[in-house]
Amino acid sequence: MSQQILNFLYASILSGAPLLFATVGEILTQKAGNLNLGVEGMMWMGAFAGFYVGLKTDNALLTIVGAFLFAALGALIYAFLTVTLKANQNVTGLTLTTFGIGMSAVLGYAMTGAASGAPRLSEKLSSAFSAIHIPLLSKIPFFGRLFFQHNILVYLATLLAILAALYLKYTRIGLNVRAVGENPAAADAAGINITAMKYINIIVGGGLCGIGGAYMSIITANGSWQPGGIVNGNGWIAVALVIFVRWNPAAAILGSFIFGAFSSLSHYIPASFLDLPIAIYQMLPFILTTLVLIITSIRKNRASCQPAGCGVNYYREER
Amino acid sequence: MKKLMKVLAIVISAAMVFSLAACNGLGGKEETTDEPGTLAQAGTVAIPKEEIKIGVLHITSIEETSGYTFAHHKGIVEMKESLGLKDNQIIEKDWIDDNDKKATTTAIQELIDEGCHVIFATSFNYMDTMEEFAAKDEYQDIVFSHCSGYKSNPDNFNNYFGRIYESRYLAGIAAGLKAQELETPMLGFVAAQDVNNAEVTGGINAWALGIQSVYPEAKVFVSVTGSWYAPEDEGKAAQALIDKGCVVLGQHSDSDATQTVAEKNGKFGCGYNSDMTPFAKDAHLCAPIWNWGVYYTKAVSEVINGEWKPVNYYEGMNVGLIDLSPLNPDTIAPGTEEKVAEAKAAIADGSLVVFDDSLVDNKGNKIVGEGEDGRLSDEQITGGINYYIQGVELL
Repeated sequence: MSQQILNFLYASILSGAPLLFATVGEILTQKAGNLNLGVEGMMWMGAFAGFYVGLKTDNALLTIVGAFLFAALGALIYAFLTVTLKANQNVTGLTLTTFGIGMSAVLGYAMTGAASGAPRLSEKLSSAFSAIHIPLLSKIPFFGRLFFQHNILVYLATLLAILAALYLKYTRIGLNVRAVGENPAAADAAGINITAMKYINIIVGGGLCGIGGAYMSIITANGSWQPGGIVNGNGWIAVALVIFVRWNPAAAILGSFIFGAFSSLSHYIPASFLDLPIAIYQMLPFILTTLVLIITSIRKNRASCQPAGCGVNYYREER
Repeated sequence: MKKLMKVLAIVISAAMVFSLAACNGLGGKEETTDEPGTLAQAGTVAIPKEEIKIGVLHITSIEETSGYTFAHHKGIVEMKESLGLKDNQIIEKDWIDDNDKKATTTAIQELIDEGCHVIFATSFNYMDTMEEFAAKDEYQDIVFSHCSGYKSNPDNFNNYFGRIYESRYLAGIAAGLKAQELETPMLGFVAAQDVNNAEVTGGINAWALGIQSVYPEAKVFVSVTGSWYAPEDEGKAAQALIDKGCVVLGQHSDSDATQTVAEKNGKFGCGYNSDMTPFAKDAHLCAPIWNWGVYYTKAVSEVINGEWKPVNYYEGMNVGLIDLSPLNPDTIAPGTEEKVAEAKAAIADGSLVVFDDSLVDNKGNKIVGEGEDGRLSDEQITGGINYYIQGVELL
């Protein structure tokens, strides 16, 4: 029984890792005052680019860099449209989702066509992304398996989440970014370069979403290209997760684990114990997010709210 | 709140645009159709080979490389080549969600508007929409052919499927022998739909019967994903089954995720739809496969010759519609080839009936067959298997 619980928790961490990348990316974006609903699209772009670069180069580092850059390109388009051209953020984000999904489908079609059938990532590359057993620590009963036997990207996601939390909370630039997100007019008056802050955060945030996507095409899908079946709505779950963790990247570590647990739950709860329709399990992340929205809107804690300037474009002339 | 309203407004307006487009699709047909009653009945008039147009509805992508849509698309291509048709005579619409009635309606209407003489709908839930189209007076000259369902009409609408459970039984033999070799009586099954879907559940039961024929004490655990094509979920279900202790996995789901997860864990599996050995060469044993080209070639050539009849098509290994993929010599247990060949011959000569009068469900109820000698009748097999047999349990 305890073995099954351990297996379940382990599977939850694996399912949560791509969510963590995307959630941290979207938090960075929203903290700079931009709501980017293109997460699903950027994850798809990263899923394709990571897979394709992996297929061509067999190099794990290039795979991640490729995924980051391609998704960052999508974010750059979004940044240009919303920050420079002041286009509506919601519409632009949704468009980016459509664009990213379609783009990766077209490119994926070309890739499978060129490979005449079924492209698979090499064993060399797959082994670079297989579980790493950290010496000594991985031997600890229960916790060794749970925390110290993961693939490299799980550790990277956790590390990035912590770094993002430190960056936003304790660095000068992080403070500036938060000011831009809360009150761009005041930040502008204080001499902060609003455009630069927004661009940097949006692009880096988008790149992180891309790594989340690459996680899904390389690790979740086991290095087998699955047309239309890789990201599977995880981008939208990440958008909900941002709200769930109240725009706190460190809390996203736990949050993505919980949401990851939801997607594994139905396969680990014995039917003899609880036999619910699968649709109930699929609703859980969204029910929980709704509850969090209700509870926090009653509590009204300013520090853990959506940045006040998020979703609204800044016009210096209207200051 | 304002923001939320904005998002809502956008989503709603997008939905409206799409539904408008759907209405357009419906509106375009009037001028192209003749007066009702003047049409020749579907299938009775020969159509020159150069003029025939064929429409197909697929549930997922035709780029897919191993699953259900791959098998159907391959069958269509085989038909096209063996009859010498040109690319523009075949219109394939993929990614048509069969739970989305509007999308299904639009797709079928577009195929009709483009002048298709035959329309194949390859997934279960297209059934009711196709039945409605087939019943309309103005479309009596079009052949409607639906895969995997149970509805038809006496004029222009039939259904087609195959005795895939025969192949499942054979695959079960290979799976059972492998589990026996590993001395672990636990096998798992990744199921796209729950126990109420007769197609999936019948397949699981047949696989389990094959397993039990060589390894009586073996148990099959089922994990349901709730979706025909969900590689991510299929992988998670497969991992959960392996975590439970299963050593050989079967699947009724449209991607190869079950097999690749089995391979990653050093376990084994039987794929589905096409030979999945290239995707998991260290894990895959064999797969029940479809050769849809057999049916498509037959049906289309009948339409060309004006000899098509609205009768349901339900064939098996005898005509080559279904088969077992080549056994993977690197993974199968010793003796598998002989056992499979033996059972295959017995199915062919009728001495082995998969769903015979000995079925008992996993609650201990005896299953009463309505066919001859207490076997399950074809109606029971295609629509009535909504129970797991003994030895099969939900995970």
